[in-house]
Amino acid sequence: MYTPDNIFTTTIDKAVRWSRTQSMWPVTFGLACCAIEMMAAGSAKYDLARYGMEVFRASPRQADLMIVAGRVSQKMAPVLRQVYDQMADPKWVIAMGACSSTGGMFNNYALVQGVDHIVPVDIYVPGCPPGPQSLMHGILTLHDKIMDGEINR
Amino acid sequence: MKSKDTRKTGFDKFKNILDFWATNSEEGGWNISSTDEGSQKMLEEESDKQVKIQTGSDVVDDFIIDEDTSDDERMIVNMGPQHPSTHGVLRLQAELEGEVVRRVKPIIGYLHTGMEKTGEELNYFQGPTNTTRMDYLSPLFNELVFSLTTEKLIGIEVPERAKTIRILMTELNRISSHLVALATGGMDIGALSMMIFGFRERELILNFFEKTTGLRMNHNYIRPGGVAADLPDGWQKDVKEILKVIPEKLQDYDDMLLDNPIWKGRLQNVGILTTEECFAYGVTGPSLRASGYDWDLRKSQPYSGIENYDFEIPVLNEGDVFARWRVKVLEIFESLKIVEQAMEKMPKGPYKVQDKKITPPPRKRLDESMEALIHHFKIYTEGFKVPEGDAYVAIESPRGELGCYIVSDGSSKPYRMHVRGPSFCNLQALPVIMTDSPIADAVAAIASLDPVIGDVDR
Amino acid sequence: MNPEILETNLDDYKKLVESLKSDGFEMMVDLTVVDWFRKKEPRFEIIVQLLSTIHNARKTIKVFVNDEDLTIPSITDIYPSANFYEREAYDMFGIIFADHPDLTRILMPDDWQGYPLRKNYGSGRIPVQFKNAPKVD
Repeated sequence: MYTPDNIFTTTIDKAVRWSRTQSMWPVTFGLACCAIEMMAAGSAKYDLARYGMEVFRASPRQADLMIVAGRVSQKMAPVLRQVYDQMADPKWVIAMGACSSTGGMFNNYALVQGVDHIVPVDIYVPGCPPGPQSLMHGILTLHDKIMDGEINR
Repeated sequence: MKSKDTRKTGFDKFKNILDFWATNSEEGGWNISSTDEGSQKMLEEESDKQVKIQTGSDVVDDFIIDEDTSDDERMIVNMGPQHPSTHGVLRLQAELEGEVVRRVKPIIGYLHTGMEKTGEELNYFQGPTNTTRMDYLSPLFNELVFSLTTEKLIGIEVPERAKTIRILMTELNRISSHLVALATGGMDIGALSMMIFGFRERELILNFFEKTTGLRMNHNYIRPGGVAADLPDGWQKDVKEILKVIPEKLQDYDDMLLDNPIWKGRLQNVGILTTEECFAYGVTGPSLRASGYDWDLRKSQPYSGIENYDFEIPVLNEGDVFARWRVKVLEIFESLKIVEQAMEKMPKGPYKVQDKKITPPPRKRLDESMEALIHHFKIYTEGFKVPEGDAYVAIESPRGELGCYIVSDGSSKPYRMHVRGPSFCNLQALPVIMTDSPIADAVAAIASLDPVIGDVDR
Repeated sequence: MNPEILETNLDDYKKLVESLKSDGFEMMVDLTVVDWFRKKEPRFEIIVQLLSTIHNARKTIKVFVNDEDLTIPSITDIYPSANFYEREAYDMFGIIFADHPDLTRILMPDDWQGYPLRKNYGSGRIPVQFKNAPKVD
């Protein structure tokens, strides 16, 4: 249940938002090239654990964030939507890379031209593939958006 | 003294419990009496429904149970397409009898990108942009095979330096690809440190790639007629660093895994693939060499002057998952040898063909020469024309034989571009490996074949 | 290495493949199709690449298939590796391989209409549109 902001809930609202940003668990939704970069972001050098995000959950029920890493084909689209529906609220989506943001260079019969045709997207990370730094910038931007209250869920 | 006493009493307590259980079970029928008649009846009723079918949401099941099942239940389990242990979006439909896999069917196509259709719309100059995204762990091999096929159709030979750069970069790519295979393979089986290690060493090579090509993956660096850019200043220093660090780290992996009883128990005599099965299912690459057959296109059908390098082909005879893992480690050592030789003998000269119709002029010339500007414009807008004909070229990618078949109709775009991905063919051997083995070995078997789904589905 | 090219017709195709298999070409590495739409008369050209590791040689077999008929004998009983390739050819071009054990779509969804890699099938390009873009005053 969402209660609109009022003078009594401002502080607790901030605390809730802060706690949401600090342990945001992504679901493993690696599809293509970007998935390798997502794994690289989770490994030793870039270390997503600094943001409390190293736990890539295998089950969508335990995850808050879906990083759509890679191109989404017509055959994969229903599966993606099902995984998104299985995630518990509040949930966020990052479209990582050109293919999942817009279809990228593959404008043809097989690909969904942007994952925002299927699920609502909060952050688009450009690049083909975006490096781990870009992905982290995207994640931090999402944290900022949640803290600012631009996304109310 | 006191602590010893407490430990003793603790042990006695534990022993008492054990004795209690033992005596109770000895008194005849203690276990059986706990199940009364009602539950026995329910068990019988349940066992009538022997086949439980679990399917995904919108998939029609095409397994037909036509044989008599035993008392154990046969059930169909889906792995994937979104599953942490499969490499990419591979879906497996496995028919289990208890813990044992009886039949398995790989279902692919969840990453079908229509690259062969897109390849018909891009000209030869843009072609590597498309093919590099197929096998995303070894992008440079895809570019190389496309460029070699185009060059064969045109009938040109690239300069020595371009050939040496190609060998240097692809062999480094082979190392980085095998490192990811080791890392994800370790992660699938539960050796999580291996994943951290493998990706850490891969960063070293990727940094060199980024310096040279501008991107960490999907480089579009090897193009028809040569390579896109020369090696950066001071590249020897980076390569020397790689040559120094990687063998040390490989020693670490061996210390961790080679004599590790859990690792060996998990992998040895699991997922055996014989040479005959490899031939029948078209399996090439490390899997074929792990089954005891000495076949490597770098030796038998060399490309880009790789016959001038001194290296060996590691061959193992066991054909199990452990041998396939070991072959990859040994191949990294051999690739390091090739990289070292390529670094030492790097010839001077142009890094692309000096043919204005095929390769664009250097950027500096555009300000000086009208002719260079026209050539630049023509190549970037229209591309170059390739004579009519067709060609098939195969090279040895980290996963096996990577082939490219191009049909040209004389225009600047391929009439048909087909890539023979090694993973696509190797995946057919997966039912052979997994049949009649426990489900827990399935992930080990998948990881050892090292399929890249981008290469399977294209 | 240049593969030797063997052109054959539909009746002799399977016999040729069988004889090559007994000659030591133990691996079938590739099977693909070219669609010569309105360019050549038997419309589909099927190209099979064989590899012999003993002789270190390659051979290419080319067969033409008519647009009305579309049927060609399957070689999965000779080379089991042809399984996925023939399914891909069926999926992408609609070639029917007689006696194939499981001729279903492999890459596209099961309910897909049409055969995408045929030349008369559009690439499905969607024009790029910038919807919901913020207006600049």
